[in-house]
Amino acid sequence: MKVLVPVKRVIDFNVAVRVKADRTGVDLTNVKMSINPFDEIAVEEAVRQKEKGKVSEIVAVSIGPAGAQETLRTALAMGADRAILVKHDGEIEPLAVAKILKAICAEEQLGLVILGKQAIDDDCNQTGQMLAALLGWPQGTFAAKLEIGTDKVSVTREVDGGLQTVELNLPAVITTDLRLNEPRYASLPNIMKARKKPILEKTVADYGVDPAPRLKVLEVTAPEKRRSGMRVGSAAELVGKLREIGII
Amino acid sequence: MATLVLAEHGNATLDEATAKTVTAAAAVSTPVHVLIAGHNCRNAAEQAQKLAGVEKVLVADDARYAGFLAEPVAALALALAPKYDAIAAPATANGKNVLPRVAAQLDVPQISDIIAVDNPDVFRRPIYAGNAIQKVEAKGFKKIITVRTAAFPAAPATGSASLESIAAADDPGVARMTSENMTRSERPELTAAKIVISGGRGLQSKDNFILIERIADKLGAAIGASRAAVDAGFIPNDHQVGQTGKIVAPQLYIAVGISGAIQHLAGMKDSRVIVAINKDENAPIFGIADFGLVADLFQALPEFEKALDQ
Ligand SMILES: Cc1cc2nc3c(=O)[nH]c(=O)nc-3n(C[C@H](O)[C@H](O)[C@H](O)COP(=O)(O)OP(=O)(O)OC[C@H]3O[C@@H](n4cnc5c(N)ncnc54)[C@H](O)[C@@H]3O)c2cc1C
Ligand SMILES: Nc1ncnc2c1ncn2[C@@H]1O[C@H](COP(=O)(O)O)[C@@H](O)[C@H]1O
Repeated sequence: MKVLVPVKRVIDFNVAVRVKADRTGVDLTNVKMSINPFDEIAVEEAVRQKEKGKVSEIVAVSIGPAGAQETLRTALAMGADRAILVKHDGEIEPLAVAKILKAICAEEQLGLVILGKQAIDDDCNQTGQMLAALLGWPQGTFAAKLEIGTDKVSVTREVDGGLQTVELNLPAVITTDLRLNEPRYASLPNIMKARKKPILEKTVADYGVDPAPRLKVLEVTAPEKRRSGMRVGSAAELVGKLREIGII
Repeated sequence: MATLVLAEHGNATLDEATAKTVTAAAAVSTPVHVLIAGHNCRNAAEQAQKLAGVEKVLVADDARYAGFLAEPVAALALALAPKYDAIAAPATANGKNVLPRVAAQLDVPQISDIIAVDNPDVFRRPIYAGNAIQKVEAKGFKKIITVRTAAFPAAPATGSASLESIAAADDPGVARMTSENMTRSERPELTAAKIVISGGRGLQSKDNFILIERIADKLGAAIGASRAAVDAGFIPNDHQVGQTGKIVAPQLYIAVGISGAIQHLAGMKDSRVIVAINKDENAPIFGIADFGLVADLFQALPEFEKALDQ
């Protein structure tokens, strides 16, 4: 079975984000960019499933600027077999991404798509669900465990009250949660090998998708800053303060 | 036209998340209708009837909605969509699971996790783990919205909406729930609690969480955790607070042995009063705490508990 893993290039999770003075967005100049952490988990899962013999080929895809090459190289170094870069500069919404992914699914005859549950830049948590809907496939979102059978996949999902396990007909769409696995570090030989793996370059137009955002961003501002208050010397003093303000 | 709210409920009970979503929905388009898709969900429907501002409660009571799977629930919402100009759901695991499917099938974008409705076309939502707030305009198409419930007050239970039973929609039949493993607790629900006490990696073990539990019981608090505590298996996943866990905004949030990574702060920084207990005086959590106690938690928590008894 062939698996598609969409990976997004995002601001590194450790970087302190700064809003641009003109309120048009977030300042990305000279900022460290990385693979979206949930997508790293998605790649890792695909590789583990391949190691178990459940998956035959892993195709990584990224929709983004030329720099997204690096993100794809990360996926290739972890064990993806080949990659597709759909070049696009500027914002693109989850619905348009889902449409591009749908077109790729039609071309590639895939059995499974494993995405991250959420891109940590837009925090949308939409793309996987939208893709599943467009394809008419079932979805296993927020996956903490994955077991691939012959024509079904069992997915244990992190839900609000605990865990829910669902059985989905294949082909299906999966989105990863934090506890699905711990991604490996790519070894140096694998990083070298990844340089020789193919990256196919495409454009959004190749898939007949209109990338224009439908939501209009009017402004992006910094949240209200919270100031730190006071230090207390002991737990007893703390309880006293909390009682003073009537909160306990 | 109207807004349809996809209710969060446990069949026998209605979650407060629904009442909060109704408040947001009423600012988008009225009247507000609430959809209860469930199995043996009459009680939840009756509770929804009491929410102020709700005109009608639609009930689809059918075994196919028992696990609230996205495929059948989205199909139902989609069948109802033509009558509404907005569909809203709380940004719970269920809401996040179902609603993007509806949006995609309507060929419209989804506006995720709104924290404010500036006017019926303009919304605010946090991005980058809450480090930036985006103001977006959605004009000329049906609005599909998930609501960050911590940002809206609950609609009061002073209403008397009508009730209408509706037929189940066709189930695509591609997914089945095989098991459910829900954490049971007598404590208040994390996102609805007035007081939350959370533990992090500093707790060191599952057993040590008893120190947190004892205080929670004295305060009537819910228990939260950092990702590190969940990853280490100290506490189940549904207690994680943060960018990718639950978003809480209680009256009082007590962070114990938590460093204060941005991903954690994203889930609790709108709490009214924040307390931090940490042995590292430079821990970032102190930067947003109203009351900070630099101390070893293994000493401070028993003392805290004792002080509560006095
Ligand atoms: C994609 C992504 C999503 C994430 N989502 C979330 C999320 O939703 N929620 C979340 O919480 N994190 C999330 N994280 C993880 C986050 O970046 C931090 O790693 C995590 O919050 C750290 O947890 P912690 O504060 O418990 O552990 P640490 O950072 O290790 O901090 C432990 C703290 O305990 C203190 N301590 C230790 N011993 C004692 C003692 N005896 N007494 C007092 N204090 C003590 C230490 O001084 C330290 O400050 C996410 C990360 C990524 C990459
Ligand atoms: N531009 C993109 N390129 C590749 N994958 C993407 C892109 N945008 C979103 N995704 C995938 O969709 C997931 C969810 O993103 P989102 O819905 O934006 O939160 C991500 O974790 C990725 O797996």
